[in-house]
Amino acid sequence: MRTGPGRGYPIFHVVDRGENVDILAQRTDWFHIRAANGKEGWVDRSQMERTLQPDGDQVSFERANIDDFTNAKWETGILAGDFGGANIISLYGGYSLNPYVSLEAWGSQILGNFSNGWMGSVNVVSEPWPDWRISPFLTLGAGVIRTEPKSTIIQGEDRTDQIGHVGAGFRIYTARRFLLRAEYKSYVVFTSRDENEEVEEWKVGFAFFF
Amino acid sequence: MESRFRVLFLIVAMISLSGCAATKNLFGFGNQSAPPPSSEGPGQVIDPEVERREIKEAAIDREDFEIGVYGGIMSIEDFGTDVSYGVRLAYHITEGFFVEGTAGQSEGGLTSFEELSGGARLITDSQRTLTYYNLNLGYNILPGEVFIGEGRAFNTNLYLIAGLGSTRFAGDDRFTVNVGAGYRFLLTDSIALHLDFRDHLFDIDLLGEEKTAHNLEGHLGFTVFF
Repeated sequence: MRTGPGRGYPIFHVVDRGENVDILAQRTDWFHIRAANGKEGWVDRSQMERTLQPDGDQVSFERANIDDFTNAKWETGILAGDFGGANIISLYGGYSLNPYVSLEAWGSQILGNFSNGWMGSVNVVSEPWPDWRISPFLTLGAGVIRTEPKSTIIQGEDRTDQIGHVGAGFRIYTARRFLLRAEYKSYVVFTSRDENEEVEEWKVGFAFFF
Repeated sequence: MESRFRVLFLIVAMISLSGCAATKNLFGFGNQSAPPPSSEGPGQVIDPEVERREIKEAAIDREDFEIGVYGGIMSIEDFGTDVSYGVRLAYHITEGFFVEGTAGQSEGGLTSFEELSGGARLITDSQRTLTYYNLNLGYNILPGEVFIGEGRAFNTNLYLIAGLGSTRFAGDDRFTVNVGAGYRFLLTDSIALHLDFRDHLFDIDLLGEEKTAHNLEGHLGFTVFF
């Protein structure tokens, strides 16, 4: 047993073979345990898995793996990047209908030199090879964008427009419940002026599934 | 002689009837006269006092999240220094890495230009309120223990953070890069004190030329793991 949840903390107590321990809590891969004599300390997962259950079975703890990457229902993440020359920060949540198709909702804040804005959209994501460690996807969606010119720009007024987008990207499984995500989206902003605007967006970020 | 044999036989008979195992072994009869095996299984000889329990992983209390509040001071470039406060939520991914979201507020004062020029104001009073949010990735670079006196040891972590966010100040939302370092002092296994120093970098063109402003913040915080 160590004094803290980390590999460098000193070992201050050894639980005897045959002794029972109580698990009080778990933080990351460390277990906070209480020994029979009342001493409390931290042990890591690999040591916990060498203990026995009261019926003599080996203790094992579930650990997310690449199968969960393919089959998990929910996913959420944060991405940042470039939206037509402005900075963009996005948060998303997704739900998988099956391993190949999922629905996502996005909220983004756009911070540019001349204007700021907010964008919300929903989209469908199709993954032809969801069991690949680097899984490519295609996406199609629609939403709204609110644009507010910066206060130092004299002209211009706030406006809200509808948008449509297509895109493609990769979900890359890293470890445990985590994945990296990189994507490109091409937006069409349906403005009230004569011409529609087109905006290109590049983003990278990370997400986790559960 | 005959009576002697008779006495010996009598003793043997008495002992075998008495059922005393220890004395039986004295005469070498131990094996033959051992009690027949009990009809009850060995498991039932002693009633177990402890109920059998299975470890249900879902029942283990997971403490990967950390939530808390903080207060300190923030220096807004050109706008003086004022009190700042905020909230923090962190998720610990491994013993090293964590992700953290913070949201806070401070207040900008008058620039030197505004103070010297008399009545001129660059921004309105409501635009002087600075609010921000940040999403950071953190790493516990120096975990350790500190000692207070002879009998007390506390776990600590020195960590680095870096991330992105947005700051609303002087009428605009500004893309903000956030870097800093902090010290986590665990009072117990699930209650911690924090001392943090952070730099919020954003571009501002309020005083003519556009420049990158460094806005330094130092704060003390309190968090709970759950």
